[in-house]
Amino acid sequence: MTDNYEVRDVIDKETLSTVKSVGDTYKYGFSTDIETEYAPLGLNEDIVKLISKKNNEPKWMLDWRLKAFNRWKKLKQPDWALLEIPEINFQNQYYYARPANMKEKPKSLDEVDPKLLETYSKLGIPLTEQKKLAGVIEEKPEEKSEGRKVAVDAVFDSVSVGTTFKEELKSAGVIFCSISEAIKEYPDLVKKYLGSVVPISDNFFACLNAAVFSDGSFVYIPEGVRCPMELSTYFRINAENTGQFERTLIIADEKSYVSYLEGCTAPQRDESQLHAAVVELVILDDAEIKYSTVQNWFPGDENGVGGIYNFVTKRADCRGRNSKVMWTQVETGSAITWKYPSCVLKGDNSSGEFYSIAITNNMQQADTGTKMIHLGKNTNSRIVSKGISAGKAQNTYRGLVQIGGRSQNSRNFTQCDSLLIGNKCGAHTVPYIEVNNSSARAEHEATTSKVDEDQLFYCMQRGIGEEDAVALIVNGFCKEVLQALPMEFAMEAQKLVAISLEGSVG
Amino acid sequence: MANMLNIDDLKVSLEEEEKQIIKGLSLSINPGEVHAIMGPNGSGKSTLSSVLAGKDGYIIDSGTVNFDGSDLLEAEVEERAALGIFMAFQYPIEIPGVGNMNFLRTALNSQRKTRGQEELNAADFLKLVRGIAKDLEISDEMMKRPVNVGASGGEKKRNEILQMCLLEPRFVILDETDSGLDVDAMKLVSKGVNNFSSSSRSFLVITHYQRLLNYIVPDFVHIMVDGRIVKTGDKALALHVEETGYKDFLQLGKEKH
Ligand SMILES: Nc1ncnc2c1ncn2[C@@H]1O[C@H](COP(=O)(O)OP(=O)(O)OP(=O)(O)O)[C@@H](O)[C@H]1O
Ligand SMILES: [Mg+2]
Repeated sequence: MTDNYEVRDVIDKETLSTVKSVGDTYKYGFSTDIETEYAPLGLNEDIVKLISKKNNEPKWMLDWRLKAFNRWKKLKQPDWALLEIPEINFQNQYYYARPANMKEKPKSLDEVDPKLLETYSKLGIPLTEQKKLAGVIEEKPEEKSEGRKVAVDAVFDSVSVGTTFKEELKSAGVIFCSISEAIKEYPDLVKKYLGSVVPISDNFFACLNAAVFSDGSFVYIPEGVRCPMELSTYFRINAENTGQFERTLIIADEKSYVSYLEGCTAPQRDESQLHAAVVELVILDDAEIKYSTVQNWFPGDENGVGGIYNFVTKRADCRGRNSKVMWTQVETGSAITWKYPSCVLKGDNSSGEFYSIAITNNMQQADTGTKMIHLGKNTNSRIVSKGISAGKAQNTYRGLVQIGGRSQNSRNFTQCDSLLIGNKCGAHTVPYIEVNNSSARAEHEATTSKVDEDQLFYCMQRGIGEEDAVALIVNGFCKEVLQALPMEFAMEAQKLVAISLEGSVG
Repeated sequence: MANMLNIDDLKVSLEEEEKQIIKGLSLSINPGEVHAIMGPNGSGKSTLSSVLAGKDGYIIDSGTVNFDGSDLLEAEVEERAALGIFMAFQYPIEIPGVGNMNFLRTALNSQRKTRGQEELNAADFLKLVRGIAKDLEISDEMMKRPVNVGASGGEKKRNEILQMCLLEPRFVILDETDSGLDVDAMKLVSKGVNNFSSSSRSFLVITHYQRLLNYIVPDFVHIMVDGRIVKTGDKALALHVEETGYKDFLQLGKEKH
């Protein structure tokens, strides 16, 4: 039996050495050397005023922020998640950072600093009005497609540096711009909907965001319009020791449709950085929003040094009859993920879907899931969650399905699968189901399994290397969620799944 | 002629418990030869296949295995595959969510890459696979499914042969590929194997039935009992086993202790 023990030991050592090299596999870890203007360190009322002033905001916006700030001071950081969160010193970071030459917002993309443009092109997101995102590999080269158009809003640290295809979208009636711009250009829409889905003091991090958010994206799809292209926002944290607080507001008016993508990366740094975003979706009668995220913030190194703390509040309000929302998320980055994109199904016959892949490797921690709040009649929700845990990581699915007393004939289906790689990681499932209507039905299925040795051997006997075999099997495990992504993102996401698991087998 | 595969006095135990399964087995196979192994349940036939393919969980107590003159036991599983070793599984594995085509293309291109060959593009790959699938009467619908998921026992076995034809190995282990096949499928599979055989390819055919050996005619038949080869002969030996069972050989296994 000592033989046996030694063999295991050797395997563990090999695993360690491969895992050590993982820090180098985060290919978005570079930083851009650019002169940056910071607000003074820390957070107080003056900082809130300064952010508002930098954005040339009207008074009502500043008042809103100050109200949020005063509420936030009384709130406590939540501690119910299955996360070990090192103490965050909110006074020891910057709340605003912008490239110095962005003082005057460029009028067109031609005026944007080439260094910024280069940063985005290195990330595979060229800010030109070309037909598609770079980095998209054609699955079948013999069927060369034209490539669909994707409009991009690029948020760099605290500011939006540019939005593509604005004019073309405008002619279709679609508004797509940074939220700082929307506050000035479309105050009525912003006043009407901002904070109407996620109220100011919804939770500690959302409240902080309401006080200090610096930029983000704004989308309005008018009645009867099917948005002619995919919209996307690309978030990049570059400045050191700076939090990113962005706010996104999307309104789908009656009978409209939009598909929206969100991507995030950050440089590899030793100290952790805070990212606290709020996303609000408003969906009126017969409208539909598809919201997809590929979250790839720097996850920290193999020892858990550095990485982004990702505390995000995302909620969709299905206000209208027959309204529909679909959240799809691929969460591979961040040292800590605290995120529960939710659906409030108010309108009769409305439906909410949540498809999630959460991968944690090394020392990463994720506590993520969704809330489905059924209020209207005949509402439907579907949850498909795939959690993958490797290294010493902890991965928790936390979900709430609540069917209200007036919500006749409503349905929920939840499928929650966890996959473990190695034996030092953990997977947890915390489902809450509250059904207050006897005509409603909620179904929950959950599985936890290990990457199957026989499957690995089978792949490898056919010539596939171990890491590729793991990636193949894990991608198969996630298939249902990957299929829910827009084609452009599905390929990227598949590669990302493979990259984030590199070094997880030995 | 140099041996392709040379197993010399191999002894193998399980890693999990102290139990020796292969207890001193020697076997040499030359290019172009077909060797059949028959033996009672539990005699170690599948274990031998797994060890040759490089599966985890075994301890080599002693003995050597050479392939093309170099130490096979040193090579990783996928390296052995790239060297041209293929094992058709007794129980093919299901991989949910992974499409057959994707799996086959990844496997073929991985091997090509390891061998320093160029990867096959999607169009050439499709043409190649469709041709093989047609010969084995495997439907398009089947090819679109996830690997082996929802396939019947016989369909899985046919799929193994398809993989063999695609990957073009030089040394093929067929572990009870005939079990679970209906008469027609057996003919198809045998035809596939026979078309595939050549003077440079060798086969190790594990079977319980001499029926298969009517189609795939062996140069040698070995009887394996309790982790050893106790008797080697030609096709007549298989017929003998079919008529009388293994009782004549069980004693031989014990005598060698
Ligand atoms: N992983 C394992 N754990 C425990 N015992 C094992 C393991 N693998 C093989 N064995 C044992 O080793 C012996 C040989 O098994 P093996 O599968 O090689 O037999 P076989 O000759 O292929 O039999 P069959 O004709 O039934 O396929 C059996 O007694 C089996 O129970
Ligand atoms: Mg067997």
